[in-house]
Amino acid sequence: MAGVGSACLFIALLTALYAIAASVYGARSGRREWVTSGRRAIYCVAGLCVIAFGVLESAFLRSDFSFALVAEGSSIETPTFYKVTALWATQDGSLLLWVTLLSLFSTTVLFLTRRSLRDIAPWATAVLGGVAAFFLLLMIGWENPFDTLATPPADGVGLNPLLRHPAMMIHPPMLYTGYVGFSVPFAFAIGALVARRPGADWIRATRRFALIAWTFLGTGIMLGALWSYTELGWGGYWAWDPVENASLMPWLVGTAFLHSIMVQEKRGMLKVWNVSLICATFTLALLGTFLVRSGILDSIHAFGASTIGVQFLVFIGLVVALSAGLIISRLPLLRSEAKLDSLLSREAFFLLNNLVLVGLCLVIMWGTFFPLISEALTGTKASVGPPWFDRLVTPLALVLVLLTGIGPVLAWRRFTPAALWRVLAVPIAATGAALVLLLAFTDAADSWTSLLMFCLVAFVLTVVSQELWRGTAARRTMTGESWPRALGRLTGRNRRRYGGYLVHAGIAVLFLGVAASSAFVDQRDVRLRPGDSFEVNGYQVTYREPTAKLGGDSGGTGAPISFGAVLDVRKDGKHFVLRPSRNYYSTADPSLGTISRLFEGEATSEVDVRWGLTRNFWMAIRPDIGSLDKPIREADAKFANASGDVQALIVAALAERYRRDPPPAAFRAISSPFVVWIWIGGGIVVLGALVAAWPSPEARLRRVRSLYSARLGQELSRA
Amino acid sequence: MEYVLALVVLALLVAAVLSVPLRRRGQEEHLEETRLAELRAAKEAKYREIRDAELDHQMGKLSRDDWRAVDRDLRNEAIDILRELDRLEGKVPQGGMDR
Repeated sequence: MAGVGSACLFIALLTALYAIAASVYGARSGRREWVTSGRRAIYCVAGLCVIAFGVLESAFLRSDFSFALVAEGSSIETPTFYKVTALWATQDGSLLLWVTLLSLFSTTVLFLTRRSLRDIAPWATAVLGGVAAFFLLLMIGWENPFDTLATPPADGVGLNPLLRHPAMMIHPPMLYTGYVGFSVPFAFAIGALVARRPGADWIRATRRFALIAWTFLGTGIMLGALWSYTELGWGGYWAWDPVENASLMPWLVGTAFLHSIMVQEKRGMLKVWNVSLICATFTLALLGTFLVRSGILDSIHAFGASTIGVQFLVFIGLVVALSAGLIISRLPLLRSEAKLDSLLSREAFFLLNNLVLVGLCLVIMWGTFFPLISEALTGTKASVGPPWFDRLVTPLALVLVLLTGIGPVLAWRRFTPAALWRVLAVPIAATGAALVLLLAFTDAADSWTSLLMFCLVAFVLTVVSQELWRGTAARRTMTGESWPRALGRLTGRNRRRYGGYLVHAGIAVLFLGVAASSAFVDQRDVRLRPGDSFEVNGYQVTYREPTAKLGGDSGGTGAPISFGAVLDVRKDGKHFVLRPSRNYYSTADPSLGTISRLFEGEATSEVDVRWGLTRNFWMAIRPDIGSLDKPIREADAKFANASGDVQALIVAALAERYRRDPPPAAFRAISSPFVVWIWIGGGIVVLGALVAAWPSPEARLRRVRSLYSARLGQELSRA
Repeated sequence: MEYVLALVVLALLVAAVLSVPLRRRGQEEHLEETRLAELRAAKEAKYREIRDAELDHQMGKLSRDDWRAVDRDLRNEAIDILRELDRLEGKVPQGGMDR
């Protein structure tokens, strides 16, 4: 079947190139049949990519080790759940995922716009075809996922144990869907520039795609943070790692874009800014993909060295140069249709929020690429580290949350100071009350930045609640509906507005979790023998007994050996049990003995967390298996050619030895408040984005609206 | 062999799909339909703006004078769109996008 996969990629490349040529020819000559044929070519690319993806996924599920990729990234013992995900754990597979998602997104948007954007869509088709062609070329030329092995091994190497985590099942597709989704508004922005139609048509056609991409990217980031918190064994969720930053940067600029396009839609302003933002977002998405795969920056998230770094850089360079050239050449067409009426208006604050978001992105970019910059200038690769990021990002984040609260209360065009006071009086009072309560009843004052953040969160949540209340009250006044009905109708008829407010509330909740968990965390690293105890943040922890499992690890990752501990934790008369462990995976290293190989592969922490709304208690263990070195070496010497059954008996004996006479194990305990609110906030953000992206009743009941609009049109004409 | 066979079959299939529009050269899309779709999207966006402004006024964010000024501008813009729509809809045959 590898031949079918390779053929799909080759024909898809030719078809993508045809899509470019046919669309450009059709657009320039005005011959619509060529435009239609070009659009169909993108549909065909999607079909071919889906077939190729299916062929490869099937090879993983069948453990067909004649596929080099399957032999390298999966094994017979890999659980089925992770065989499915192993495809995108590899570089070649992730490129196939990228182009498959891209072609599906492209197909959807081109189908939806097949009868609109007559001037813009052909050029957008060409851009989308160009991006698809680049990724297909990468696979065919350098990273073919359908390469085969002349002599397939009996078993594969297996999936990197660090990636055997449920969040990893959906984290990469989420991120890639986000990255890929931004290619749609990018393509239509370029199309609008080429066609000299820089109005709001391209924004209206692609806004929903941008929002969906933003939501997926955000979800991917949140899942990555969850994976870091529960899998990596260091106890944090964000480390300002280059790959983490690479996903955050397009999300930040994408956030700015989603706000500023509203200004263009409503006021015809910020046209240059908007096309620049979407070009930057798409470029950053490419950069994110490149950073994960290139290995140019040290990252715990970079899984494999790349052979396609130069090609990526050339493509990114081309995208930047062509976009910038096009924007500059169209500057006269991109003049604003209106002027900023007042600095006290929603559009002015959107501009301010854009500057903060782009500022944040630039700070993160500088910190991320500092190792490369320092190496280029001084010859030494130096990195800035999390404290540097925290110092610069925290004030900008505070301003951002403040703007998150102020934005929703402002009206478009102009707003009087008196009206501002009227809508801000209650939120300011609530913020003051929150400050007093925090100072009186908590130790929040120990961290003034966190205290400020808590107050701002109170401000944002009050603003959003007030907006809902005032909106519902206004609707009740107009219609006489009951409170619940008025609330439902209000949000249903203004999904974009109230979905956005829900996103703002979610962001505030998320920042509440970040501020509390980072400033008031208690952590202890200890070495304990069974029966030993220690205390952290009032939690009395006792190491009850060691555990040693052969197969069937708690995470279901297929780890052959797992050493851990049972810990009794007590606080305020309450008792719970935690069972952290560490999984050991085998290696195929031929220089090691038969038994050593079972212990010397990758090892991963399986942390145990007591989740709570007010506080999480997190524990990880690093068992000292050094005491088993001597018996393992002896077993290597005595049982070099032992059968599988004998090996299993020896390992069972070693595990029992560890369990009966355990050496001291290293433990890390972390007590962090409100950390769960980071993901609850993320969930609220996703919910809000879905509300905002959901088609409005007007779009679904277009016929009814047409009849209504005719009546309104007559009335307006009479007026 | 598998590769070559797949290549030929897929190429023929794709060529067949791509050539269909080229063989139907006579069936030109109506330019007006495209413009109508764009105008309807613009109309809905303008209606949303009018409703937004009205809601802002009801919520006390816009004074009566400011709202009236904003509403007047928006309605003028909406009227332009409706007029253009009416003009084009008179030309479009039954079975157009929105009917």
